[in-house]
Amino acid sequence: MLAEIGVASTEKLFDSIPENLRLHGHLNVPAAMSELELLNRFEEMGTRNQAAQRTSFLGGGAYSHYSPTIVDHLISRSEFFTAYTPYQPEISQGTLQAIFEFQTLVCQLTGMDIANASMYDGSTAMAEAVLMAERVTRRRKVIVSSAVHPQYLEVAHTYVQHAGIELQTADIDPASGQTPASAFDAIDDQTAAIVIQSPNFFGCLEDIAALADKAHEAGALLVVTVTEAMSFGLLKSPGACGADIVVAEGQSFGVPLSYGGPYVGLFATRDKYARQIPGRLVGEAYDQQGRRGFVLTLATREQHIRREKATSNICTNEGLIALCATIYLETMGRHGIQDVAKQCAQKAHYAAREIGKISGCSLPYSGPFFNEFVVRASTEAVPLLDKLAREKGIDGGIALSRFDANRPNDFLVCVTETNTRAQIDGLVEGLRALTR
Amino acid sequence: MANVPDNLHYSKDHEWLRVEGDTAVIGITDHAQEQLGDVVYVELPREGEEFIAHDSFGSVESVKAVSEIFTPIAGKISETNDSLNDEPEKVNKDPYGDGWMIKMKMTNPGEVDSMLTAAEYEDFTKAEE
Repeated sequence: MLAEIGVASTEKLFDSIPENLRLHGHLNVPAAMSELELLNRFEEMGTRNQAAQRTSFLGGGAYSHYSPTIVDHLISRSEFFTAYTPYQPEISQGTLQAIFEFQTLVCQLTGMDIANASMYDGSTAMAEAVLMAERVTRRRKVIVSSAVHPQYLEVAHTYVQHAGIELQTADIDPASGQTPASAFDAIDDQTAAIVIQSPNFFGCLEDIAALADKAHEAGALLVVTVTEAMSFGLLKSPGACGADIVVAEGQSFGVPLSYGGPYVGLFATRDKYARQIPGRLVGEAYDQQGRRGFVLTLATREQHIRREKATSNICTNEGLIALCATIYLETMGRHGIQDVAKQCAQKAHYAAREIGKISGCSLPYSGPFFNEFVVRASTEAVPLLDKLAREKGIDGGIALSRFDANRPNDFLVCVTETNTRAQIDGLVEGLRALTR
Repeated sequence: MANVPDNLHYSKDHEWLRVEGDTAVIGITDHAQEQLGDVVYVELPREGEEFIAHDSFGSVESVKAVSEIFTPIAGKISETNDSLNDEPEKVNKDPYGDGWMIKMKMTNPGEVDSMLTAAEYEDFTKAEE
């Protein structure tokens, strides 16, 4: 190649870089290893990953659920794994059909009419819902419950700070842990939406129907956010309760925790708002011979068709992760999901009951919960949880002081179908011993 | 040959306007709907919204393109043709009748005088080709 372009040596290609700026000698990189040495090296590094060896009761937006091996097996097929954007329907029918099924499942779970091809994650889906509410109502104020995941709230602030939308917060009732309708009394004819999370960040279920009425009375929309998607398997859907936009984190559906991502955002709404929805939409169509096919549709919402009038600047989706969720849901089926959800709820309620019996622990919130609940210890949570991890090999929960310095003794516990009774009893015993 | 009724006023953006007392009825011309192709969606403003001359008040989406539609004069929307939500094809079939888009209370009726006559509009579209 050098001969072809008439250059004497590789060094000559760097002639434009002054001599005094060039690296002399070698980069400080270790010598290459053989495959055997490399595998041994990674195995040794892996043993340092102690978190993977501890029992987890961590929730707070990312959940430990079992993913059947078929999920990884199917998504690893190169047709799925390497496929990119299905802009050419002629050669992307498989991808488009899978996304269409995903959208259908999201509608069924959320109780809504139309869902998009997915957003980046639950937090950005919620932020996009806020922007959509402003477009639909042409109002600039949004009231968000303070029981929405604090990081979701931060993301929402990031999205709206230059969009001229004002975010106000509504406080929870400290006894129940729920956000009462009265907390949204500031709602007026300039409010675009009320935004809540249910189950909320503290694990408590919100009264979605009552808040839907509160929003609609003022001509505003109700946005319901769900971080623990497995809750759809047991609770009445937000759609059936009157929500106008439902957004969720889909990670619970067979998606690995992966240290925080990639995850997948679910976004669903009513038919009448179809043209205001962000993200990709796959639609069903028929060709000239009457054969069914799938295409990306309503593209005039997107920025590559109309720059200023686009409903969002997202021009992608979480295709592979959405496929993960789709395979999981279709493998588990309706009854499977209900079963998993029931196990989560039953095990969490068992854990809560037993922890409540410990003299050094109490449950501050009286509101109903699904699989997460707050525990108030007689000592500071951070050192308590730290000891529990080191001495008992249990990650007992998330210290709330991470998000609110006024709650040093509180921590959030999550129980899923993956936690055995023995593990739960171990958590209870550990807490009992450490809060004596 | 596109239809260009004599009793209407026209704009260079291919809208027509009919005066009914202090109200203007506005839509897009036969020439425009021909160029656009089958209309699949019409985005209309809300009652009560106010516009100045040459403001975009909505858009027309066909299978080929999306075009903004402009009001030739200033006014306040008094009525919109909501039937276009379910039957956008009215714009193709009857652009000057059933395919009307908005009715506006004119802020400054004199602005109509600076619009094109049927003959002027016909010349204009011929020149554009």
